[in-house]
Amino acid sequence: MSHSTHDVAEHRFRQHHFATAEQQLDTSKIGMWLFLATEILMFGGLFVGFGLMQGVYPEAWVAGHHHLDRVLGAVNTVFLLCSSFTMVMAVHYASTDEKSKTVLNLGLTLGFAFAFLVVKYFEYSHKFHDGLLPGRFFNLAGIGGPPQQAMFFGFYFAMTGIHGFHVLIGIILITWIMIRANRGDFSSAYYTPVDLIGLYWHLVDLIWIYLFPLLYLVS
Amino acid sequence: MADIITTPHISGHADHHDVDYLHDGKGLKSWLTTVDHKRIGIMYLWSILFMFFLGGVFAMMIRLELLTPKQTIMSAETYNKVFTLHGAIMVFLFIIPSVPAALANFVLPLMLGAKDVAFPKLNLFSWYIYMAGALIAIAAMVTGGVDTGWTFYTPYSTTTDGSVALMTFAAFVLGFSSILTGVNFVATIHKLRAPGMGWFDMPLFCWGIYATALIQVLATPVLAITLLLLIMERTFGIGIFDPKLGGDPVLFQHFFWFYSHPAVYIMILPGMAIISEIIPTFSQKTIFGYRAIAFSSVAIALVSFIVWGHHMFTSGQSQLASAIFSFITFFVAVPSAIKTFNWIVTMYKGSVAFNAPMLYALSFLLLFGIGGLTGIFLGAVSVDIHLHDTYFVVAHFHYVMMGSTVIAFLGGLHYWWPKMFGRMYNESAAKVACALVFIGFNATFLPQFVLGSRGMPRRYYNYLPEFQFLHQASTVGSWILGLGFLIMAGYLFASLRKKMDAPANPWHSRTLEWQTASPPITHNFHEVPSVGGGPYDYYRPVGQGRNA
Repeated sequence: MSHSTHDVAEHRFRQHHFATAEQQLDTSKIGMWLFLATEILMFGGLFVGFGLMQGVYPEAWVAGHHHLDRVLGAVNTVFLLCSSFTMVMAVHYASTDEKSKTVLNLGLTLGFAFAFLVVKYFEYSHKFHDGLLPGRFFNLAGIGGPPQQAMFFGFYFAMTGIHGFHVLIGIILITWIMIRANRGDFSSAYYTPVDLIGLYWHLVDLIWIYLFPLLYLVS
Repeated sequence: MADIITTPHISGHADHHDVDYLHDGKGLKSWLTTVDHKRIGIMYLWSILFMFFLGGVFAMMIRLELLTPKQTIMSAETYNKVFTLHGAIMVFLFIIPSVPAALANFVLPLMLGAKDVAFPKLNLFSWYIYMAGALIAIAAMVTGGVDTGWTFYTPYSTTTDGSVALMTFAAFVLGFSSILTGVNFVATIHKLRAPGMGWFDMPLFCWGIYATALIQVLATPVLAITLLLLIMERTFGIGIFDPKLGGDPVLFQHFFWFYSHPAVYIMILPGMAIISEIIPTFSQKTIFGYRAIAFSSVAIALVSFIVWGHHMFTSGQSQLASAIFSFITFFVAVPSAIKTFNWIVTMYKGSVAFNAPMLYALSFLLLFGIGGLTGIFLGAVSVDIHLHDTYFVVAHFHYVMMGSTVIAFLGGLHYWWPKMFGRMYNESAAKVACALVFIGFNATFLPQFVLGSRGMPRRYYNYLPEFQFLHQASTVGSWILGLGFLIMAGYLFASLRKKMDAPANPWHSRTLEWQTASPPITHNFHEVPSVGGGPYDYYRPVGQGRNA
């Protein structure tokens, strides 16, 4: 139980209630995967509601999605895909003790994340301007078409809003591990936070990959 | 279970590792910043007990109002708010965190022979989230209240006045606390069992908590998104649940019960888990059917996800769906009965001691029998159409939620009290309180079965004069129940003023939490326990750990 054992996998971040660094790593991974499962179930509820209502009001969904900008949506998809790639590279370089490359790739990931939010900001403000707001704030008179478009935009803002919130949390977390990576906290023996936040970031990316066709490519 | 460890340390020299957890650090700050699972468990315990008191006061007000058919002490509007707050507080702020977050937080790592839960900081964080949720709930109460019932059914909940959005948000926040506790416990059970302790060497309490934690992790996120959509419905009118805008209020019911039916098992499984500890200990006998009980916990957890439609037989869902949900609901009785029969057989030819925890366990068997079987009545579609939304339903779920879960919680509280605080309570007073709670509970809720079967609808403020006798019997029962709790509070608080007098293992149990000092040292055990036997090996002599 002492901290003085010089096992290969030992490191100074092992907490007292774990017998080995390996046990700590396994435990952290179980925790993260469970948390990701809760995320999937939470978005799953939204997807089910969205799908059901699309089945009831297909015309409203088609009419509503014409007001979304496919190009911007596609650009954002590319941004997130690239960010997932740089995240993978960051995890890889963390595991091979290449500190500056880890920091660089985390920085690039952050850059893509910010780019995503900037595009989202322009999309949102465009929607606000056109009165494409959720529910009772929806300006049907200015747009025409089936009234249930209000519900479509309710879902649009709920889904992209909650996703955007996750991107924001991701930015905070990535900033945190970037500072720690720069400080030299991570090594091939210990880079669990990079690994786990990487997993989280991939999920955020994956959810967008479902959101994009569901919202922007209705047919 | 194991042959271990504690040489009792009555030492004056204050080695950090020898100090019991209650004295390792003084002052409020040392508690508010602790990452010790035992201290967090205790903080949860006082928080939920306060909420239980609050919810209990609302319950007494409901019963007092129903003493007479017309107005007794409050207006109809106030009454609606009072029963909503009673339900919401008891479900979200008391029962759901009661056993997992308070008792299991304390004993689970001890039972596993671990030093702490998997994620100690997350554990503390989840307590802060709980407190934030509780404060938001209280804010909702004082800024207009809520009169929707704890189920927040649309479209009423999206159109009524009051602080529905705030109360819903409180439940949303509390859900995260529950999820984090669940994640923590699953990881703890997977990775932090003592060396040599296989899955089937764990005490059955851990199996029950494991099944519970799985439901917490898998069901709660769906409630989170449902409540979020409800908040959006109220603030933006997005129309998903509003028929005026093309939405579907029944969809809300589906979403809500997809969480809230499994949540019923979040509430009952930990209760069953406690009973699986108390009965072998006070029978001094190996539990009968260990694997059957362990697997039945997991079976209940799995089945719990596919029965939610039995809350909605009268909602207009398809008759085929109702028939299927009804059939699966009957299936829940199988693992429940497996447990019950195994507990009863465990006592057979055991040397049964009738201490307070055992009295609660025996009460549980009776009350859970009634609560469970009336659940079968309600699961039958034709019977449910008649009994839906009557006092029969109220009586049924109180027999399960209070008669079973709360009774088991009280059993667990009395069972582990010496371990948690190092002090014995007055046993005779505890027996009297248990008897009063048992009698008071039955007096309160048995009449409600009769009321319901005769057509008294739930949540009504007024009632027909012919129902008055049964309502009064129920109200008098609530006073007996209240008296029982008053006595309990008296002797439990009194015990805390005594010097520490509890032996390490007052009940001669074989599970690991009793093989260390009462109260335990901060790191739980002086050496990591190594396990070489089952948790209920009562046929073997006790290890040196017991100094009772």
